[in-house]
Amino acid sequence: MAILDYGLSEMALEIRSMMREFAEARVKPVRAELDESGQFPADILRELGKMDLMGLYIPVEYGGTFEGDSMPNIIAVEELSRVCIGVSVSYAANGLGADPILIGGSEEQKKKYLPPLASGEKWAAYALTEPNAGSDAGAIRTTAVKQGDKYILNGTKQWITNGGEADIYTVFAVTDKTRGARGVSAFIVEKGTPGFSFGKKEDKLGIRASATRELIFENCEVPAENLIGREGSGFIWAMRTFDVSRPGIAAQGVGLAQGALDEAVMYAKVREQFGRPIIANQGLSWMLADMATKVETARALTYAVVRTIDSGAKDYSKFSAMCKWYASDVAMQVTTDAVQVLGGYGYMKEYPVEKMMRDAKILQIYEGTNQIQRDIIGLALNKEYAAVSRA
Amino acid sequence: MHIVVCVKQVPNTTQVRIHPETHTLVRDGVESVMNPFDENALEMALQLKESHPDTVITVLTMGPSQAEAVLREAVGRGADKVMLLSDKALAGSDTWATSYALSQAIRTMSPRPDLVLFGKQAIDGDTAQVGPSVATWLALPCITCAFGLEVADGRAKVKRSFEDGYEILEVALPCALTVVKEANVPRMASLRGKMAAKKLVIEPTTAEMIGADPANIGLLASPTRVVSILSPPARSSGVKWQGEEPADMARKLVEELRQRKLI
Ligand SMILES: Cc1cc2nc3c(=O)[nH]c(=O)nc-3n(C[C@H](O)[C@H](O)[C@H](O)COP(=O)(O)OP(=O)(O)OC[C@H]3O[C@@H](n4cnc5c(N)ncnc54)[C@H](O)[C@@H]3O)c2cc1C
Repeated sequence: MAILDYGLSEMALEIRSMMREFAEARVKPVRAELDESGQFPADILRELGKMDLMGLYIPVEYGGTFEGDSMPNIIAVEELSRVCIGVSVSYAANGLGADPILIGGSEEQKKKYLPPLASGEKWAAYALTEPNAGSDAGAIRTTAVKQGDKYILNGTKQWITNGGEADIYTVFAVTDKTRGARGVSAFIVEKGTPGFSFGKKEDKLGIRASATRELIFENCEVPAENLIGREGSGFIWAMRTFDVSRPGIAAQGVGLAQGALDEAVMYAKVREQFGRPIIANQGLSWMLADMATKVETARALTYAVVRTIDSGAKDYSKFSAMCKWYASDVAMQVTTDAVQVLGGYGYMKEYPVEKMMRDAKILQIYEGTNQIQRDIIGLALNKEYAAVSRA
Repeated sequence: MHIVVCVKQVPNTTQVRIHPETHTLVRDGVESVMNPFDENALEMALQLKESHPDTVITVLTMGPSQAEAVLREAVGRGADKVMLLSDKALAGSDTWATSYALSQAIRTMSPRPDLVLFGKQAIDGDTAQVGPSVATWLALPCITCAFGLEVADGRAKVKRSFEDGYEILEVALPCALTVVKEANVPRMASLRGKMAAKKLVIEPTTAEMIGADPANIGLLASPTRVVSILSPPARSSGVKWQGEEPADMARKLVEELRQRKLI
């Protein structure tokens, strides 16, 4: 198959072939079953750990394989997503949970928490959202009150990916109510800490293999050394995490859309109506052409953003937001069109595209809805052009 | 513990056809893979290593120089050492000559292995002879069709499968086993393993280096002659009913059998 040259490193190409083979052999045969039962893909994550694939984003000094190139991780997410984003989100949420530690954590925290994540021995989760604080994440109400060498956490986090399954949670809580978003702090909370429990697993439209749960904190005592950075810096860690993690959501969109395109083209070549394969109809082949073009533009934008981040650029929130909304909208469009190409068969569970379409929707919602992404871009434009018009 | 796993590079049989006129395997454009049963043998060794960390796994293959690919694959999965037995003098060896050569290679290894593992059979030749023959050359007890293995106090407890059940055997080490598919699901290579495998320099071991008697190796020393290979005649696919009432399906079956004058 002809592919665009994105100048990928040898390592990125190696990861692509490993993940592709893994996803075909280990995920594809079970994805429908995991979707139906909602069973968490624990065995799959464990095997990925054994294959050294859980630490692609963690620097070598903390047990991972990251040496400045984020593409292997992005491509790993993309390839898993091509087969199942219920599995790929369970995989990628480890990075989301670990990012605040990587970005704002102390050397001791990194040494303690990152190696078991890199080996896949432990899993992580990221807990920001609350029942009354979704898009408006600065409005969280979970509190952390300092008492001696501990913080006492109280409150409820909602819809936390890997909730209940993960061992290490980065939790955002208010340490100073008077300061709004500047009064938010981030903590590392380990599963099993007294006062920390889980709600039931949510029953969802898509990504049903992934675990989404409430986290409940009732006078939960967290050692003061588990504060990430200073008090009041939590919101900064939360937002900087999204800046680096959103290309991961984009990669999910690219992979998912590619998977749907693959199914649609293969089907269109073999399904015959009016005495010929349906792909022979221009009306249909143009649909496929648009789908393929969207997938490739989403991929190109996503990879370009990742490279820009890797280059050490300072200001890339705008670009992360762009690839997140664009690739997730592409995933929604392409999976919907794939169902259309398969017609009634596409609507049936015997074919994978109905699941892909159900799964796609989440990409437009989590890690900031696509409206919020456009907000971020709009704000950035406003700021950038203010400087231009003054000049 | 030292475990030797013998592996063979074979054509991927899902892609192989038999030439309709020459009756030989058409290997053009067919990828080569590790013999699937050998993957199970290797996995058995790797799992044993997980519970006995002081284990060293040596993977041995005899074949042309390209066969080193299966050794790299094995290192990617976690094997420690490799031996590529490759020499023109060995070409054309049948199972008798091959098992002699492999046994000679194993004799040169130090320390002597506690376990020698094989796949039940190779999917190209399908003889299932090499494992037991090597064991015979080495005067080792051999258990075929193993699907379970525990090792403790110098003894192995082996589950041996039959069509209708299994038996549990105990044997003193050293011993040889041939392994069936049901034993495990072979792992995939790890990233670090693959990187180590890429760097590996593999020097072929020659017939002379293993002290093989030239009279016992290669085509001339091989008592077996392949006279011809034939595809089995294609079987008709039969008739299948499903999803209907059992009574209706039974009626159809009886009708069909009557029509064919079978009852
Ligand atoms: C399956 C799943 C997994 C999740 N995993 C995690 C996780 O691991 N960790 C975590 O912290 N959170 C997680 N979330 C939460 C997710 O990030 C939020 O659902 C998301 O940020 C949106 O918040 P909300 O659902 O409260 O919607 P709201 O904020 O209530 O938004 C409702 C609608 O209003 C729109 N809207 C809101 N504000 C504006 C605005 N200013 N301008 C224009 N439109 C606006 C939104 O775009 C949306 O369409 C998860 C959610 C789901 C469903």
